[in-house]
Amino acid sequence: MSVIWNFPLFTVVLSLFSGVLCMMLPARRARNYTIAYESVLIVMVSCVLGYTIRTGKAFTYPMGEFPAPWGNEIRAGVLEALIALLFLIVLLCSVLAGYRFLRKDIDESKQNLYFSLLNLMTAALMAMAWTNDVFTGYVFLEILTLTSCGILIVREIGRTTLAAVRYMIMNLVGSGLFLLGLVLLYDISGHLLMVPMRESLARVAADPSSIPVLSLSVGILTIGLGIKSGMFPFHFWMPDTYGWATPTSASVLSSLVSKAYLFLLFKIYLRAIGIDVLRQTPILKILFILGICGMVIGSVSAMRASTINQMVAFSSAAQIGYIYMGIGLGTFAGFNAALFQIFAHAATKSLLFLTTPCLAEVSGDSLKFRELQGSARKDNLAGFFFTAGSLSMIGIPIFAGFAAKLMFGQAAIMTSAPYKILLVMIALAVSSVLNAMYFIRTLIRIYSDPADASKSPWKNRYHVDKSRVGYIAAGLILTAGNIFLGMFSWVVSDLIYRGLGMFL
Amino acid sequence: MKERFLTWLYGDQDVMDEILDSFNKPDMTHSELKKITRAAEEEYDNRPEVLETIGRERAAFRKMYLAVAFISCIALTLVLLYTISLLPRYGAENPQTIEVVSRYVEDGLDETGAVNIVSGMILDYRAFDTLGESHVLFTALVCVMILLRIDNKNQRSDYEDYYTVRTDSYFDLSSDPVLRLVCAVIIPCILLYGIYILLNGQNSPGGGFSGGAVLGAGMILFSAAFGFDKADQFFTLKVSNIITFVSLAFYSFAKGYVFFMGANGLENHIPKGTPGAIFSGGMILPLDIAVGCVVGCTMFGFYSLFRRGSIGGRL
Repeated sequence: MSVIWNFPLFTVVLSLFSGVLCMMLPARRARNYTIAYESVLIVMVSCVLGYTIRTGKAFTYPMGEFPAPWGNEIRAGVLEALIALLFLIVLLCSVLAGYRFLRKDIDESKQNLYFSLLNLMTAALMAMAWTNDVFTGYVFLEILTLTSCGILIVREIGRTTLAAVRYMIMNLVGSGLFLLGLVLLYDISGHLLMVPMRESLARVAADPSSIPVLSLSVGILTIGLGIKSGMFPFHFWMPDTYGWATPTSASVLSSLVSKAYLFLLFKIYLRAIGIDVLRQTPILKILFILGICGMVIGSVSAMRASTINQMVAFSSAAQIGYIYMGIGLGTFAGFNAALFQIFAHAATKSLLFLTTPCLAEVSGDSLKFRELQGSARKDNLAGFFFTAGSLSMIGIPIFAGFAAKLMFGQAAIMTSAPYKILLVMIALAVSSVLNAMYFIRTLIRIYSDPADASKSPWKNRYHVDKSRVGYIAAGLILTAGNIFLGMFSWVVSDLIYRGLGMFL
Repeated sequence: MKERFLTWLYGDQDVMDEILDSFNKPDMTHSELKKITRAAEEEYDNRPEVLETIGRERAAFRKMYLAVAFISCIALTLVLLYTISLLPRYGAENPQTIEVVSRYVEDGLDETGAVNIVSGMILDYRAFDTLGESHVLFTALVCVMILLRIDNKNQRSDYEDYYTVRTDSYFDLSSDPVLRLVCAVIIPCILLYGIYILLNGQNSPGGGFSGGAVLGAGMILFSAAFGFDKADQFFTLKVSNIITFVSLAFYSFAKGYVFFMGANGLENHIPKGTPGAIFSGGMILPLDIAVGCVVGCTMFGFYSLFRRGSIGGRL
């Protein structure tokens, strides 16, 4: 047993402690402390990732002296560590880039509370990544729900209050359904830890008369997580939630929180229910159809959006659709593509949501398309980052979005079910064209001649000054990550494959 | 077609923006904002074309909404009832579910030292979940503080403040001699009972969450009967923060220590004590006290924030 085995525990406990500590600190110190300890967490998680790659095996870590089916347990493999690393890096970038706006959007006396919530959220994200117990997943899902409403409402303008109320109602319905599903599964299997639950469910599923009750309980659980992550018919909370939150929150909510729910869904599907049992139920087929509908309808809604943030938010609904389509394929190639899409989407969406407020800043603080005319010419760096993000969303080669779409296509062909291949190909084509339509429209808009070119508040064209260092660094990291995911997609996809192998 | 394309390209207007964006302008006072908002809403609502379309849309939407809500509620109820009818029967021998529970019931006392099996289960076997659960409360407190604590952005207008103070004093009972006398007798009993529940979590039903709730209720009664000024003398924001911080930090590190020692196969040197005595059950008693403090502070904090927008006096 190596020292590294303890690191997953440290990440959770340290984040919880930091959440409580930040309440006591003044705003500026809370922010510096958050950045420092997030960096420590990144080092720890990298160690875990390196260790699991080197040994080629996942390890489980009992929480306390009691062994598996009785005590809690956490588990770290390549995939868990990779996801945790993604969460932490994007979180750090969001804090770095969004701090300038945080100071504007949030009252001085409440900024430390914001960081407190952000650290509690980190704890929840870490626990979601490591958990090996479905009920631990639920407990930290509750923390995630509350903190995500908190970081949304903290802006205290009419729009965010409305959005937060709607988001909270949807989220609570989701949590309730998820808990109901868990209770039903616990009643059938008698276990809360994932591996014993899977073994027990496999014994139950041997009797074909038990398939209806299994499908219903897994279905309820899936709808719960689907509502929370913005699956197709439940995605209408997204534009308001992402569109009006302060930039850090928008970036965190869109690229991390919904992904954490999806990762939990993956874990439950593969580790607690088991792919064989799942294939006997109709759930994967339903997810496949809903995913494809989401891809198309999300994009259509995005075309009709009136502000840039709403457009980016509706395009999130489309991207989540891709992930559900990948799950719905029901093969390992499909899961691999869906997990890769989690990475690609997190790297891209955070970049877009952190950039749009900079574009708005030079157009009179308005996010409306009308006023954004020429904003990229007034702020060249923001224009560059937005272009990189848009190209990735459309799926231009060398960017992450392209690699993800390619993987979905390959995964579909490997299923050798003609209707699936056809549906996936058509959906990919339609969705890409729609993506291109609204993103290129936005690019034309922000690069066309500004009506008032001299109004730029910045001195030089690239606006490199002290208050923007964090933003530029974060933007560069995320753009580089995007290009890395696009150019060297095989590195990440190979790691995901290995992680999926360790999952079982 | 061309016209529609151009509208799309040049962006159209969202009417809600006009109304809600005005909350965004910090250089206006609250009452001014309200006036403008109301005027904008009225002006918009009274446009004839709006009246017509909105009326039609609203009626259609309401019908649709009712129908969809009704159908989905009925469907969900039926699905859940059907699912439950398929579950294993209550009380039936189910070999699947016996394994975990039997160890909690049979060996719980020996392994945790707690007579109350539930306490042993949530604070020892499955302590990681409870660690998260105690932070859920703290998270809720932070959210309510963000939402309700009065700051420069959400302060009330003079009119609202006057109104609140008037109604508050109308319902204020702190000058009622009967109430004060009864409370003076009953509050020490309530607090004592809360402490009893808190300290006996390992031996009888109770523990941190329920004991803390009783303590918080006692505090609320105290400030209702004797006024916030009395409570503010010893329970300020700083005190509340320090109690919460110390309790939760102690909780995290104590449990972190136990997890670390247990997972690494080391002896954690925490005595189990005699079952039934007050000092028994290992870490359960100190953890219960920590949870109780957090729950008490949170309950009183909620009350105070809802009633006057601050903890421990005006900021």
